[in-house]
Order: sequence, then C-alpha cells, then structure tokens
Amino acid sequence: MTQKNQYKLNVNGQTVEVTAEPRELLIYTLREQLNITGPHIGCETSHCGACTVTIDGKSVKSCTMFVAQAEGKEITTIEGLGGPDALHPLQEAFKEHHGLQCGYCTPGMITRASKLLEEIPNPTEEEIRFGMAGNICRCTGYQNIVKSIKAAAAEINAAKEAAQ
Amino acid sequence: MIPASFEYHRPNDMAGVLSILEEHGDDARVMAGGHSLIPMMKLRMADVPHLIDLQDVGGLGGITVGDTITIGAMVTQSDIILHDALADAAPILREASLQIADPQVRYMGTVGGNVANGDPGNDMPGLMQCLDATFTVVGPNGERKIPARDFYEAAYMTGREDDEVMTAVSFAKPAGGHAYEKQKRKIGDYATAAAAVQIVKNGGTCASASIAMTNLSDTPVYSAAAGDALVGTSVDGDAIKAAVGAMLNDIDPVEDNRGPVAFKRHVAGVILARAIERAWSRA
Ligand SMILES: Cc1cc2nc3c(=O)[nH]c(=O)nc-3n(C[C@H](O)[C@H](O)[C@H](O)COP(=O)(O)OP(=O)(O)OC[C@H]3O[C@@H](n4cnc5c(N)ncnc54)[C@H](O)[C@@H]3O)c2cc1C
Ligand code: FES
Ligand code: FES
Repeated sequence: MTQKNQYKLNVNGQTVEVTAEPRELLIYTLREQLNITGPHIGCETSHCGACTVTIDGKSVKSCTMFVAQAEGKEITTIEGLGGPDALHPLQEAFKEHHGLQCGYCTPGMITRASKLLEEIPNPTEEEIRFGMAGNICRCTGYQNIVKSIKAAAAEINAAKEAAQ
Repeated sequence: MIPASFEYHRPNDMAGVLSILEEHGDDARVMAGGHSLIPMMKLRMADVPHLIDLQDVGGLGGITVGDTITIGAMVTQSDIILHDALADAAPILREASLQIADPQVRYMGTVGGNVANGDPGNDMPGLMQCLDATFTVVGPNGERKIPARDFYEAAYMTGREDDEVMTAVSFAKPAGGHAYEKQKRKIGDYATAAAAVQIVKNGGTCASASIAMTNLSDTPVYSAAAGDALVGTSVDGDAIKAAVGAMLNDIDPVEDNRGPVAFKRHVAGVILARAIERAWSRA
C-alpha cells in the first residue's frame, strides 16, 4: 500500500515533479524534497500557521494538506515573495519595524499577510489582528507585527499610486 | 503525525465518487477541505484506506439566493463570508462563519464537511437547525432530502448513509433579526457554548423564534421550547429568563477541557441571553 506516485506542482513559478506517497504532507514535500525551507513546522496540528503558503490564491496551512491534493496547484512560499537581493515590502517592513525576534513564525506571518493585503489593501489594526489570527508568535507580542503590516501596506499603496 | 497509508482518488464527477464508494464500502471516505478529516487521520483516529477527494467534482459549488437559499456542499466558509447577496439575505451565515476557526482554515473548510462531520463542536449544524435547513444527499438510489433537525443522532452518527454524499444545504430566506453568539477560549477554538437565534417581531411582540445550541450535547440542540418561551412576549427580562430555562432543560453538556458541567451550563445561559437580545434588537 505504500505506493509512491508522481505529482506535478507549480512552486514559486516553477513546475516541479515529485515522487511521494499521497499521504505525504505538503510541508514535508516542500521542505525535504524541494529544499524550500522557508515554511516552518511549528505545531504540525493546524494551529500555529508557521507552515502557511499560498495555494491558488488561498492562505493554507501546508501541514494540513496532502501532496496529492496539491497536484496541479500554484503554490507560493516566502521564497517566492522576495529574497535577500530584492525584499518584498513586507519583508522590508518586518525588518525595519522589529516584526520578528526569533523569526520562526515570520515566513508564515509574511506569506499570510501578503494575501491579507491583497484582500484588504489598507487594513485597520482590527482587520490585521483578525486576518492574522491563524498565525501564532511566541516572541513579539504581535504589536510590531501589526506595525510592520501597516507600514508595508502604506509602502505598497504608495508604490501603486506612483505607478499610475 | 503521519497518517496511515491510503489510496488517493480524485474523480471529476459524482458518478465516479459513487462508484468508488460502492466498490470499497466502509474502506472509502470522501474528503472536502480536509480540515477535520486530515487532523483525525494524522491522529490515527480515522483510518481511510481509500480517500476520495471531492475538489474536482462539478456541481458542488455555488450559492443561489432567492426565496430559497441553496449553498453547495463544497462552498467554503470564506466563500460565505465574501458573498454579499448571501450576507444581505441571511446575515447569520456570515456572522457565524466569521466565528469559525481562523482565516487559513476558513479558506478550506466547507459547508458540506462541517455539517456532515457530526462533531458536536462544529458550528454549522446548530446554525442549520436554527434555519430549519434541509440537507440534500445523493447515493446509489438517487437523491434524498433530510431535515437538519432530524439529521444528528449522536457524535459522528448522522442520518447520512456511508454510501451517500452531501451535495447541498437549503433553507427558506430567514425573516426577522438574527444573532450567532459563541464563547470560545481563543480565536480558532471550538465553542464552549454557542447559540444561533432568529426572531420575528410583530408590533412589539415576538411572532416566532428559532433557537439552536452548539457543543452542549453529543449533537446540536434545537430547542423548540426555548423559542416557544419567547413567542407572544415583548422579549423582556422575564421572557429571556424563561427561554434560557427551557434551553437548559434540553442541553446535556459533559465535562472536558473546556470546563465542568456547571460552568458550561452557566456559559450557555449567558450566551443565549446575549444572542436573544441582539437578535431582538435587529428584528
Ligand atoms: C484549527 C482548526 C480550528 C477549527 N475551528 C472550528 C470552529 O471553531 N468551528 C467549526 O465549526 N469548525 C472548526 N474547524 C473545522 C473546520 O471548519 C472544518 O474544515 C470543517 O468542520 C469540515 O469541513 P471540511 O471541508 O474541512 O471537511 P473534511 O475534513 O474534508 O470532512 C469532514 C467529514 O465530513 C465528511 N464529508 C466532507 N464532505 C462531505 C460531503 N460532501 N458529503 C458527505 N460527507 C462529507 C468527510 O468524509 C469527513 O468525515 C476547525 C478546524 C481546524 C483545523
Ligand atoms: S505547522 Fe502547520 S499550522 Fe502549525
Ligand atoms: S518571532 Fe519568534 S515566534 Fe514569532
């Protein structure tokens, strides 16, 4: 019964093929097969949000999806948002506003926040706290995370206006 | 946290789903968003040798709003929240959905999965009983409709047969004021107690009231007596007290990590009183 199958996924704009048992959780496929180690495993029980990725426009806890379900989907991880050479405005803002301490929750936080800002480009503090409620941070007390997301929203909106 | 092995199926129509269910019987089970089933499989509390993913099956999405409102089984909590026409016609659905789980879970969790699951902690079953909804299931012998108020038998035991698949929920466009009130330990938690209330007002008195409670028994509890206690009154303090008393006769909570029985009964009363007040203020 431990038969392996081929699955085709689109991760950060690239089509990749993996061989896995259908029961493999997507977070393990990303981290251990594809060496995409941005998404973290905090709880492995659907509660902490450290494993959050974007799948076909939805924020998803990748510890709660089988690789088989993800076949044919477009997946974006923190690596797909920006990197050391070109930080995403959220990454920049988290750095500037001390939105992280240990950094363990940060990839999930930023990936979730990127989707939140697509849905609500100019969120209030309350909307940020509600929209980020699936992500837990043990360090920051959240205040600076809220601040970082607000700053990134302003940055993204200003850039959009300038481009018009 | 690795579930037992399974064979994965992703049919693209209902005929495909039904034939896999027929072939494998008890060994096969459908999965919608997977956000109740996958955690159970990881804990090895559910063993599913043949997992049937419904994501590609057509005809299970969609929300239609008219005198009758129909919501496809694969509609997610997030779809409900974003649907403005639905929120206008039946605002209790958005109010309740916003109190379920957290954003990530709401993108995945479906109406069909929530009502079919049979977990007393799920919020939609009580909500559907409040709305007097009907569930549509399809099986080898065709389609069948089951009232939400008759559907729940015990924890994880429902009126759906193992070879049937839920396709939609439907209910008459609700009248009057609404409220979904939920007490939970933190965002993303199941209810310690929750109440779904719809009240119709005629002049200064209550013409009808529908009340259902969540996570206070091994099934959702539709309390006809609690609703009756409000009818004909001006929904003043005495009437609310009578409704709460009637509701407390119908629930049967057990002690668990959300608290002892006395605490749960206390919270149920507070939550229901608040829900009635809010629904009345909107009626
Ligand atoms: C962290 C967390 C917090 C949560 N908090 C809440 C909460 O506060 N309130 C709440 O109500 N829920 C909560 N949930 C559960 C969530 O809403 C689930 O997603 C939902 O209950 C089930 O929907 P699903 O689509 O994920 O179903 P699945 O997990 O796919 O399925 C659940 C069950 O229903 C069956 N099923 C699914 N679809 C059908 C169908 N069409 N026909 C027949 N059977 C079907 C499956 O076989 C399975 O037995 C939470 C989940 C998590 C992970
Ligand atoms: S690791 Fe997935 S939610 Fe915590
Ligand atoms: S920065 Fe340490 S968990 Fe959030």
